[in-house]
Amino acid sequence: MTRRILLRRLLPPGIAVVAFAWLVSAQWLWARVLATLYPDEAPVLFPAGTLAQLTVRHLQLVGISSAITIAIGLPLGIWATRPSGRAFREVIVAAVDVGQTFPPVAVLALAMPLLGLGALPTIFALFLYGLFPVVSGTIAGIEGVPRPIVDAARGMGMGRGQLLVRVELPLGSRVILAGIRTSVIVNVGTATVGAAFGAGGLGGPIVGGLLVQNMAFITEGAVTAALLAILLDALLSALEGSVVPAAA
Amino acid sequence: MIQLEQLTKRYDDRLAVDHLSLEVPDGRVCVLIGPSGCGKTTTLRMINRLVEPTGGRILIDGRDTASLPAEELRRSLGYAIQSVGLFPHLTVAENVATVPRLLRWDKQRIRQRVREMLALVGLEPDDYEASYPRQLSGGEAQRVGVARALAADPPVLLMDEPFGAVDPLTRGRLQGEFARIQRELRKTVVFVTHDVDEAIRLADLIAIMRDGRLVQYDTPERVLDHPADGFVHDFVGVDRALKRLGRVRVADVMRTDVPHAATPDAAAALARGEGGAGYAYLVDNDGRLLGWVDARMVREGWPCEEAVTRVRVAEASVGVDATLKEALSRMLGFGFRAIPVVDAADVLLGEVGLNAVEAATEAGSRASELRERPSDEASR
Repeated sequence: MTRRILLRRLLPPGIAVVAFAWLVSAQWLWARVLATLYPDEAPVLFPAGTLAQLTVRHLQLVGISSAITIAIGLPLGIWATRPSGRAFREVIVAAVDVGQTFPPVAVLALAMPLLGLGALPTIFALFLYGLFPVVSGTIAGIEGVPRPIVDAARGMGMGRGQLLVRVELPLGSRVILAGIRTSVIVNVGTATVGAAFGAGGLGGPIVGGLLVQNMAFITEGAVTAALLAILLDALLSALEGSVVPAAA
Repeated sequence: MIQLEQLTKRYDDRLAVDHLSLEVPDGRVCVLIGPSGCGKTTTLRMINRLVEPTGGRILIDGRDTASLPAEELRRSLGYAIQSVGLFPHLTVAENVATVPRLLRWDKQRIRQRVREMLALVGLEPDDYEASYPRQLSGGEAQRVGVARALAADPPVLLMDEPFGAVDPLTRGRLQGEFARIQRELRKTVVFVTHDVDEAIRLADLIAIMRDGRLVQYDTPERVLDHPADGFVHDFVGVDRALKRLGRVRVADVMRTDVPHAATPDAAAALARGEGGAGYAYLVDNDGRLLGWVDARMVREGWPCEEAVTRVRVAEASVGVDATLKEALSRMLGFGFRAIPVVDAADVLLGEVGLNAVEAATEAGSRASELRERPSDEASR
């Protein structure tokens, strides 16, 4: 019974993943379609790597930066709602807000003298840029748990940690995961900027195409990046559906 | 025993609770009541230290509550609030198991205890264990709240308007069941409400508060008959004789030898029989109330079957846990001189009539009703 429900829930995202993987490895299909669309361009495929290689590289950038964002943003957001951190709540929110206000291009340019070129400054910029939705989502999720429920939990003798794990995180999970999802999706698009600083990924064909004025390159990178964002959004939504308690 | 000694809570320059002292003896229900903002909820929350007192102390069985870690203290005190306090992401069973799990009882014991508690508050365990709070009616949710508070068998129960969020009919029923459970379990209870009728019905001792101070701490009878000042007098209201009926349980004053039969013919015979009451109740084979037969209609020649007034039992009867006040209100509503009393399964137990109401109000009440109001000038 529950296995069937699980299967029904996992099947559509699974199909989407397989379809996307097939699409990015089908070089011949891209070559034919792009050649039809842009008969004057040659070559039509970005030469610095297959589309599959570019996509994997892109996923690395997004995955590593998002992992760091979550690993730092989630505890930071939780701490801002604890008695010990509540005094810093406004400061934390303001600080991560500034992180998002800086355009990633500016962060990359400023970070270059320190971190050089390549993946490192890009991951750093993506981390700063994605922190705000994770931290503010975590704070909003925890603070959104109705007061009487927190009261009841404390009144029955739950300690701070038990309250967090058994009540606040489960009931706040919908908002917290929505913040994480926003952060990841935004990073999929923003990561393309990194190619200008040598980070590679799906930004490669876009930046390269702009440089040599090849519309086919730009289309190859942009369409794939957009599809990747849609796919990840769907996957994370499905994850939310299976993790969040129905009542939260 | 719970002792509050000179308990004080100050918020900035406002005294929410002002040097409050009172004692709740073991096994008694103390109801804190007063207008909103009088400090009753703050007082309750200081007992389990959800609010830390600014001054004074609280002793439970002689032990200062400040000497225990707050979490440990709270696990030893049952706590029930309005139904919104249930955890929406946990099942009914998991909600009830909250404190036993914090106390690390073993699984088997918790499961058994949860089932006992659900049965105690009148919810069939098999039907409710796996439900989620959003699937419950208001009344059911409140029952779960009480079951959860009782789960670890705490000697002390703190209740903050536990029946506040339900319709009056359901509230009356829940109060009746709470009174029944309390007669059985004999917890030491501190109960906050703003409903005077609820206080009078459930309290052994009523603490009336105003502006953070204790105005009167007395039995409900004393509060009704001897209000300490004009404020208490006005707060309790003018219908004191009626309120006093809220102290009397139907079970204590009902007649049990009522005419009843299991067929319309037999009931009709009983109704018109020599020296009969003029009516008889019709029950089914298990004794469940179906309706009644009026002798007049039989005499006027109606066939027995048609002379039966079939009723919706929930409306045209009162439960054995009800008060005389509820019974009177039901009688007046229907224009009856008497109303049948049934148990939880609708089995006919007896009846209660206007004569019982008269007897209850006569006892000592007339004197106090005719007495002059305590002079308002003196108290204001």
